[in-house]
Amino acid sequence: MKFLYLVYSSLKRKKLRTVLTFLSVFVAFLLFGLLCTIKEAFAGGGNAPGIDRLIVRHRISLIMTLPVNYEARIAQVPGVAAVQHWSWFGGLYQNDAKNFFASFPVNPEPWLEMYPEYLLSDDQKKAWLSTRTGAIVGKSLAERFKWKIGDRIPITSPIWPRPNDEAWEFDIVGIYDGAKKSTDTNGLFFRYDYFDEARARDKGMVGWYVVRVSDPNNATEVAKLIDQEFANSPYETKAETEAAFTQGFAQQIGNIGAILIAILSAVFFTILLVSGNTMAQAVRERTQEIGVLKSMGFTNELVLVLVLAESVMVATSAGLGGLLVSWLITLGGSPVPNVLPVFVLPMEYLLIGAAMALFVGLISGVVPAVSAMRLQIATALRRNA
Amino acid sequence: MTQNPSATTAVTQPLGTQESAPPLIRIEKVEKTFRRGPEEIHVLAGLSLTVPRGEFLALMGPSGSGKSSLLNLIGGLDRATRGVVEIGGERIDQMSDRQLAAWRARHVGFVFQFYNLLSVLSAERNVELPLLLTHLSRSERRKHVETALDVVGLRNRAKFTPRTLSGGEQQRVGIARAIVTDPTLLLCDEPTGDLDRKSGDEILTLLQALNRDFGKTIIMVTHDPHASLRATRTLHLEKGQLSTEGAP
Repeated sequence: MKFLYLVYSSLKRKKLRTVLTFLSVFVAFLLFGLLCTIKEAFAGGGNAPGIDRLIVRHRISLIMTLPVNYEARIAQVPGVAAVQHWSWFGGLYQNDAKNFFASFPVNPEPWLEMYPEYLLSDDQKKAWLSTRTGAIVGKSLAERFKWKIGDRIPITSPIWPRPNDEAWEFDIVGIYDGAKKSTDTNGLFFRYDYFDEARARDKGMVGWYVVRVSDPNNATEVAKLIDQEFANSPYETKAETEAAFTQGFAQQIGNIGAILIAILSAVFFTILLVSGNTMAQAVRERTQEIGVLKSMGFTNELVLVLVLAESVMVATSAGLGGLLVSWLITLGGSPVPNVLPVFVLPMEYLLIGAAMALFVGLISGVVPAVSAMRLQIATALRRNA
Repeated sequence: MTQNPSATTAVTQPLGTQESAPPLIRIEKVEKTFRRGPEEIHVLAGLSLTVPRGEFLALMGPSGSGKSSLLNLIGGLDRATRGVVEIGGERIDQMSDRQLAAWRARHVGFVFQFYNLLSVLSAERNVELPLLLTHLSRSERRKHVETALDVVGLRNRAKFTPRTLSGGEQQRVGIARAIVTDPTLLLCDEPTGDLDRKSGDEILTLLQALNRDFGKTIIMVTHDPHASLRATRTLHLEKGQLSTEGAP
C-alpha cells in the first residue's frame, strides 16, 4: 500500500495523456457493456429461457397459424405437463407506429400458471378473469404510456383488424411486475376469447404453442412426439426448446453474437495498442527515474510490479467506470422498448468486463514493465547524462 | 580546510591504498570492459584502491578516465569484468542482483549531478523514497524525513515540488534522500556540476559536515579542483588507472 502514492503520482506526470488513455479505455468498456446488453436483448432479454418449455409453431414459418384445437391434442402427448397458445397481435396505441409494443391474446388462467415470472396480485387476477375486455400490462409499458388500472385504451392492429376497422378497446385491470430484473415488463396481454370472437378473420387459429414438459431432460423427445402427432396434416408443426426458438428468432436478423464479438475484438485490440503504447512511452520517459529507484535499492521485481500496477490502475479504473456507466444506462430502461423490450446488463457480463479490464491492464503493461525490470542502472543513469 | 592525510601514504603501497585497517572499501585489480561493436573499451584496467571508514575522497580525472565507472562499481550499480570489490567486509561483486539491491538500500546513498528527483513528488516524498524499502511505519518514516530535511536545512520546503526549488535546494533534497536511511557510504557524482559557485560551496560545506559531524564516508567524483579541496584525499584517474594522489 505504501507504494500506491508512487504509482498514482506517476499517472499525474502527464495528466492529459493519462486522461486520454483513461477515456479511450472507458469508452471501450462502456461500449462493451452496452453491446453485451443488446446481445442479451436479442437473445431473449436475458430471460433465461425456461429449460422445461417448448415452442410449437407452424413447420414453415412463425407467421403461419395453427388451429386452436391442437392445444388439446398436444396436452395428450406423453411428457407434456401443460400447454398454452400464443398469438402475435402487433398492437399500436393511438394508431401510431411509434407506439408499438408486444401484445398477445392469451387464456389468462393457464397462462399465469405457466409463467410464474409475471407477478400479478390476486385481486387483479380476479378482475382479469371476470372482465372480458380486461387486459394486463407490464410495469414498464404502463410507465411508458402513463396507464393506470381502470383506464380504457384504444389499440389498433394491422394484423388483426376488427370487422368495422374500429380500434380494439381494452380495460386495464392489472399491472404486472417481473419476478426477476430481466423479466420483460413491456407487454400487454388480453383475453383470447374476446379476441377470437371480435376479430375479422382466421377465427379458431393461434400463432404458436408453449408447452411445459414434465421432465426437462426429455424435452427433445417430447418435441419429436409432438411433431410426429401432426405429421402429414395441413398444419405440420416444428417443436423446439424455448432457447433454440429464441436463438433462431434472433438469427433472423443475423448472428448478433458474432457481429458484436467482432466489433468488441477490434475495439479491444485497438485499446491494447493505445494503452500499451502509452505505457511504453511513459516508461521510456522515466528511464532515469527508474535508474534512480534501483540505485536506492528498489529490486527489479519491485520495479516490474510498480509499472504493471500503473497500467492496471488506469485500465481497471477506466474499465470499471465504463461498465458502471453502461449499467446505469441500462437501469434507465430500453431506449427502443418496441425493438428491445428487455434492456438489462447481466452480472456475468459485468464480471467478464472487470476481468477483461484487469487483462488489458496487465497485457498493456507487461512489455514496458519487463523492459523497466531489465534496465541496467548504470545504463539508465548514463542515458540521462 | 583541506586535509590530505594520503600525502603520507607509504610509497610502497599500491596507489590509492591506505595503511589503516580495516578499510571500508577494498578494491583489487578491478577491470571494467565495455564492448562497442567489435571494439573492446577498457574503462578500468587493474585498478586497486582502499578507502578507510570516515574518509572524504575526491576522484578527479578527465572525461572517460573511469571515475563514474569506478563510482558505479563501488555503489553496486554496475559489475566489474574482473577483480574484487569488497565494501564493509562484503564481496559485493559476488552478490546476486537482489542481494545487491538490498545491500544498496542499507549501505549506500547516491547524490547525482542533476539531482534526479522525481518531479511529481514533493521534497518530503522524494526523501521518503528509500524508506519505502524498510519496515518503518508511516509516522517513523515521517520522523526520519524531517530529520534528514533538518540536516540539509530544508524543513520549511518539505511540501515543495522540485520545479519550485532552486538548483541548490534540489541538490540538498537529493542529499537528504541519500542520507535518510543513515547509510555508511555516500557516493556523489559531480554534486556541484550543475550549480553556481555559491550553491556549490553550500553543498560542499554540507558534505563536509556530513563527513566530519556524522562520520559518513564520502566518495565524490568531480571535475572541479576547487571542490576537491574540500575532500580529505584526492585521487586522479587516467585511462582507467590511478595516476597521481594528493592535492590537485
